Amino acid sequence: MISVLFFGKLREAFDCSGLSIASDSVATTNELLDNLLASHPDWETLLTDEQTQMAVNQALVKHHVSLASGDEVAFFPPVTGG
Amino acid sequence: MKTIAVQSEDFDVAEYYQSLREQSKNIGAIVAFAGLVRDFADHSLQSLMLEHYPGMAEKVLNNIADEAIHRFSIEAINITHRYGELTPNEQIVFVGVASAHREEAFQAAEFSMDILKTQIPFWKKETTSKGSHWVESKAKDDQQAERWLNDSA
Repeated sequence: MISVLFFGKLREAFDCSGLSIASDSVATTNELLDNLLASHPDWETLLTDEQTQMAVNQALVKHHVSLASGDEVAFFPPVTGG
Repeated sequence: MKTIAVQSEDFDVAEYYQSLREQSKNIGAIVAFAGLVRDFADHSLQSLMLEHYPGMAEKVLNNIADEAIHRFSIEAINITHRYGELTPNEQIVFVGVASAHREEAFQAAEFSMDILKTQIPFWKKETTSKGSHWVESKAKDDQQAERWLNDSA
């Protein structure tokens, strides 16, 4: 399974803090995004917003990467801590 | 020696200062920074909710502390960040650095805060008398972090 997490305004707008996706259906973050958009078309605006950031296994990634079972992928807006 | 924490509880700056001071006999300077919840000029801020990504937040703090130790000649560093609901004037973040000399301590503290502002996975939501809204990230914070990233020191 791939574990998917949402934070900040994405979590709030989707009314979802996370979900799991079978790892045999997604081999890359690109496919994961397509999978999420197919099942939740109303998430498109925020998920494809160029400001939205993606972290794989708790490290930011700028480009799409391959995924394996057990990976954790998070989507969130630009950070505002401190 | 590095100390990092992501917690909902408040912290005691005097206690952290003392702990930094006790790390080594070679310390000639301690810089302690605390960031607070700031009210607006119109006193409309009622509360601030700090959401975070558990696990990644600790990982990022750990990386920042390691990088500060690598870049600057410091004896000890403590970075602590709170999450949860806070009210105006409450403490959010602490960065304390102990070093032989003040220049390295000032620089390491500033570096840590500048990088933290743009990298730590935290999101602020403000509640004012007019309602709630998510705080937008600031271009100025990116510029301040960039200074260090372009600097190969």
